[in-house]
Amino acid sequence: MPEPKRKTELRQGAGGRAAHDVGGLDFGPIDRTEHDLALWEKRVDAMLILLTGPKKGAFKIDAMRRVIEDYGQQQYDSTTYYEKWIRAIRNLLVEQEILTKEEIEAKIAAVEEAMRASGRELQGGSVPWDDVGGRM
Amino acid sequence: MPHDDHDHHHEHSHEHGGQPYRHPFQRDHDADPASPYEVLEQAIRELLIEKGILTSEEIYAQVDLMDSRSPALGAKVVARAWVDPAFKDRLLANTRAALAELGIDIGSLADFRVVENTADVHNVIVCTLCSCYPKMLLGIPPAWYKSLAYRSRVVVDPRGVLREFGLELPDHVEVRVHDSTADLRYFVLPRRPEGTEGWSEEQLASIVTRDCMIGTAVPVEPATSAAAE
Repeated sequence: MPEPKRKTELRQGAGGRAAHDVGGLDFGPIDRTEHDLALWEKRVDAMLILLTGPKKGAFKIDAMRRVIEDYGQQQYDSTTYYEKWIRAIRNLLVEQEILTKEEIEAKIAAVEEAMRASGRELQGGSVPWDDVGGRM
Repeated sequence: MPHDDHDHHHEHSHEHGGQPYRHPFQRDHDADPASPYEVLEQAIRELLIEKGILTSEEIYAQVDLMDSRSPALGAKVVARAWVDPAFKDRLLANTRAALAELGIDIGSLADFRVVENTADVHNVIVCTLCSCYPKMLLGIPPAWYKSLAYRSRVVVDPRGVLREFGLELPDHVEVRVHDSTADLRYFVLPRRPEGTEGWSEEQLASIVTRDCMIGTAVPVEPATSAAAE
């Protein structure tokens, strides 16, 4: 599918804006299609609220914002809302030494295996690792 | 929270002629092939549960809470403000305390402001940097609220954007656009339409749609809306 034309010069120029800083630019007509969230997306939302809540305090919501605002434009534009979130949650859990890269990779393999065994199709591919705090 | 909404499988609205087109990619059921992100979600969730950091009950409860919040809650607040001027004054002056009167807890948010539409001022809300939204009154934001198109344009061409939503404002009406942040959320208190004198709070709430409280629509009295359909 061809990339649509976008007026993104200000985001790309030298000394320009970060990928998330789009106020005043022009990304064309607004697609007002309504859609419901998938269950996995609701769970991502739920996990973020719980992890950043006072009871768990795994990391701050500001840290989440920092991770997402550091995404480059390509990554920012090519991932959906909850894809950005779960990727940032993963990064922060590793950064905070709550989970390790190795256990996440092992668990991903186990989840994929279980899905295949249950007849669920997989798209394939993986979520790339980001360099966070030198731990990835 | 940080965010915009972009789907790289059924990517982007097309800007060249015709209707913007995008398949809805989010569904209530998970019948489609699992994406690597969905796999990652399950992996992270299982690890957090195994380590005792979260429980599946907590996650279910949080999802239930999310599902229980809908624009109906915001509409109830609006209807109360319309019938009870003293409540409206408290809502505008100290939103947190006024919402608490209705049993609505805005949680740890630093600030929450209600902006009132009048005969001369129309308010609309956005979060240009991400997707900050008065979730506790309206639930999950619509995809367009998180879209680059809405976030980028509504702050420079609000009248043009509102026209896209079918809302044409008279020239004499000042349009104020409020850019939300993680710590400061806005909520639009729409104007009560003419011809609704004597209505019950329930009747009034029924004409307050989600978009009325974002500011991309105004409540329409049913006779008018029926005529328009």
